[in-house]
Amino acid sequence: MKELSLHILDIAGNSTAADAALVEITVTEAAAANRLTITVKDDGRGMSAEFLAKVRDPFTTTRTTRGVGLGIPLFERAAVSCGGGLDVTSAEGGGTTVTAWFEYDHIDRQPLGDMPSTLTTLISGNPRVDFVYRHSTDGGAFTLDTRQIKGILGDAPIDTPEVIQWLGGYIAEGLGTL
Amino acid sequence: MKSLAELEAIRNKTLGNINMRQDREEGVRIVVGMATCGIAAGARPVLNALVDEVSKRGVKNVIVSQTGCIGMCRLEPIIEVYVPGKEKVTYVKMNPEKAVRVVSEHIVNQQPVLEYTVGEAEQ
Repeated sequence: MKELSLHILDIAGNSTAADAALVEITVTEAAAANRLTITVKDDGRGMSAEFLAKVRDPFTTTRTTRGVGLGIPLFERAAVSCGGGLDVTSAEGGGTTVTAWFEYDHIDRQPLGDMPSTLTTLISGNPRVDFVYRHSTDGGAFTLDTRQIKGILGDAPIDTPEVIQWLGGYIAEGLGTL
Repeated sequence: MKSLAELEAIRNKTLGNINMRQDREEGVRIVVGMATCGIAAGARPVLNALVDEVSKRGVKNVIVSQTGCIGMCRLEPIIEVYVPGKEKVTYVKMNPEKAVRVVSEHIVNQQPVLEYTVGEAEQ
């Protein structure tokens, strides 16, 4: 992965594969505290304790559990190599939360990258799932909640090119003000 | 600044167009592999290029969708094109420029771009 937003796209893809109705993605850039934290939290079907115990191991993945695969090991590797780490909490039927943290100014920390593109890819690929994106820096915060967007859209689908294009621009502008 | 009022205008326009989308079930499907392998290899810009090009050209009856791992991770990014009544065409090692060419030659002009297909890559 070349940027952190691609890891987020991948990990959030696990959430939608686990039949989540709501996926909450949080990016906290605490530059003064030298920490970048990324959280992907879902209300999907979750994992058993046995599966959770081996979820970081790329070689225990079987084809039936393809939804996890290499995504978590790669994300963990990225975090650990930047003086950070990765934590997964999950309960069967109770959703999953993946948290990764990085030293903000670590030389090996990848840029966050194109978050608008990650979000529009998730939303257009999973129009029935709701996403909440919260991004905060030391200077401000931006939130996107697709439930609010769908409220405005009414019967108009969220995954039409016009809406997706608007969303991409809206997110980019919002993040630009941070 | 983009406002939510703008979104309402898009909504009204979209609702006016919605009947034209009813028959998209029978249309062309372009599917992009978006598992870890695809994402790492650059599937996101390929997907964006396909959506932009289809929308820019105003091609009707085409949907661009996402799937998981297609099973040939070393050849990612992979896209599959399903044209009703025709055999599926699998394109491998895609990038945004190749994706634009697939839309113009395969989707618009109905001539598959043979040099990008999995059959060519595996020879």
